[in-house]
Amino acid sequence: MRSLKEIVKSFMLWELLVGLKLTGRYVLSKKITIQYPEETTPISPRFRGLHALRRYPNGEERCIACKLCEAVCPALAITIESAPREDGSRRTTRYDIDLFKCIYCGFCEESCPVDSIVETHWSQYHFEHRGENIMTKPMLLAIGDRYEAEIAKARAEDAPYR
Amino acid sequence: MIDLLIALVWIVLKILLIALPLLGAVAYMTLAERKILAYAHVRIGPNRVGFAGLLQPLADGLKLFFKEIIIPSKANPVVFVLAPIVSFATAAAAWAVIPFDEGWVLANVNAGLLYVLALTSLGVYGILMAGWSSNSKYALFGAMRSAAQVVSYEIAMGFALVGVLMAADSTNLQDIVLRQQGGLWHWYWLPLLPLFVVYWISGVAETNRAPFDMAEGEAEIVAGFHVEYSGMSFAIFFLAEYANMILISALASVLFLGGWLSPFEGIPVLGSLFSFVPGIIWFFAKMAFFLFLYVWLRATLPRYRYDQIMYLGWKVLIPVTIVWIVVTGLLIEWRVAPWFI
Amino acid sequence: MIEKLIFYVFAALLIGSATMVIVSRQSVRAAFFLIVAFCASAVLWMLLSAEFLALLLIFVYVGAVMTLFMFVVMMLNLDQESLQEKFVRYLPFAVLLVALMVGVLVYAMKPGHLGELGLAISPHPSADYSNTKALGLLLYTHYVYAFELAAVILLIAIVAAIGLTHREKSRNKRQRIDAQLAATKADRLQILQLEAEK
Repeated sequence: MRSLKEIVKSFMLWELLVGLKLTGRYVLSKKITIQYPEETTPISPRFRGLHALRRYPNGEERCIACKLCEAVCPALAITIESAPREDGSRRTTRYDIDLFKCIYCGFCEESCPVDSIVETHWSQYHFEHRGENIMTKPMLLAIGDRYEAEIAKARAEDAPYR
Repeated sequence: MIDLLIALVWIVLKILLIALPLLGAVAYMTLAERKILAYAHVRIGPNRVGFAGLLQPLADGLKLFFKEIIIPSKANPVVFVLAPIVSFATAAAAWAVIPFDEGWVLANVNAGLLYVLALTSLGVYGILMAGWSSNSKYALFGAMRSAAQVVSYEIAMGFALVGVLMAADSTNLQDIVLRQQGGLWHWYWLPLLPLFVVYWISGVAETNRAPFDMAEGEAEIVAGFHVEYSGMSFAIFFLAEYANMILISALASVLFLGGWLSPFEGIPVLGSLFSFVPGIIWFFAKMAFFLFLYVWLRATLPRYRYDQIMYLGWKVLIPVTIVWIVVTGLLIEWRVAPWFI
Repeated sequence: MIEKLIFYVFAALLIGSATMVIVSRQSVRAAFFLIVAFCASAVLWMLLSAEFLALLLIFVYVGAVMTLFMFVVMMLNLDQESLQEKFVRYLPFAVLLVALMVGVLVYAMKPGHLGELGLAISPHPSADYSNTKALGLLLYTHYVYAFELAAVILLIAIVAAIGLTHREKSRNKRQRIDAQLAATKADRLQILQLEAEK
């Protein structure tokens, strides 16, 4: 009896019709496409994009050349050289990040005792020439200056969960 | 002599009247397919070129037109070039006997149904020639699969058509439509429902469309018979494929859904309400339904395996058609109303 | 005039391609020329208003038989050298066969015979004359016995072909579609209630 039912069912193309119904429903459903250049998906405050070096509100750079980030970096993307500044404080003379090596894990950010090196939400950048993949200290500081407001906002939003 | 010349010009004009809209339909069928597939994937589909992507087919065509046609050095150049031409010529030539409305047919030949069947069966040579002349194993595999598949499904398709010509007592496509007069319930889809379904399935298989698109099989044999083709020669294969799809849709509506006849014929109020609609609109509406079904099936079903295709063709479809041919014979013998009076 | 032109063009095409079938070394090329020959002869039949036979020739021979032919020929990797050896070896037999066939043809188709046939066929039958119907009527009334006999012979040939090539112990793994379709959740899935250890 059951096999007879199966035969009738398969000759009625039952499963085919069920499948057609499913795809038919999706044809009529609301589309979820995001038209990228005009629209973007929301980005988490924890998003790890391009790096930046921050400053204190008075304009002093935060980095104290402790080299924790260099040590923790699993991809060995960070190179730091340091020397005392005229006022005697310990500062970096060189702070390079090789973006080809970087895996955007965010360990540098977490290891930093003064919240100096951070990863911004910025993910849309490109290089046109060899060597542009090395981000130097002035470049990183410039990025930090430019996006300070957004960086500070993202840190503040994420602070309760840390 | 002059008469002959005028007749010739007149025929050429008629051919253009069919062929040019056909090419337009093919172009926009590609867009429609991409749109419907996108919708089934909850996407939007092409919407950048022109308003809502309406110029996309032109952009695609232009791009393909300006691309280089590469002939592989180990290929057989004559057959290689001939293959897309054969493919498209057979797809286009079959349109000669399709009636668009009463009297609107290029060649009202008696053996129209046979002519269409003969030409659709020739279409596989384009694929075979392409596969063999490319001198590539993937192309050859595609051609092999296509040959086996088309030969198997042609039998089922032919048997399904035998049922129709038994019912209509004619092989003239226009006569077949006229025999179905009298509204939705008088069309042949109802008494010949199994044949209709078998015809449609084997039509999908004959045009190498999903879920029977093993000749392409982009997952296993990259693109099957047209791996080695580029530019316009590649585009012509696509033209042929879509022209064949539209042809199968047109045939299905002529044979089973009463061609240009209105579905409301003979129904008191609706019949007169819709009597102003010209027949060709009904015909195009029916074709559009089948074309939508093509894409809908593609969006729904995964590709068949080779042995499963053979199983379905030989062990399911052909027996079904043979049984229903006998049933049709009985229906005709008993003069079952309203179809066989 | 035009009909004559069509006839001579396609007759030349037919003879040319038929010659190429025999002459060409490559088997696939020979098969392609055979297809051209079939198409050309279909056109010639069409000129005789035998549209049913013409289309059937294309549908059955070109569409189905030759497709299978190509299928096989494309997969063959023929050794041309050894073929030519046999070509010479069987030459006397072939010549004998051809001579016999030509003899039969000459005997059967005497000039008088042909003339009679040519008169019997009118090149332009009336518009409502259906070739298909006439053929069907003749086949199923006058020649019904021969027709059915031919059908039975073909059936026997099919059965014999399958019987000769079909091996009972096949190593192919067959898919049993009906069993697969009939399978339900109850057949395949067993839900066990395992007590969690404390």
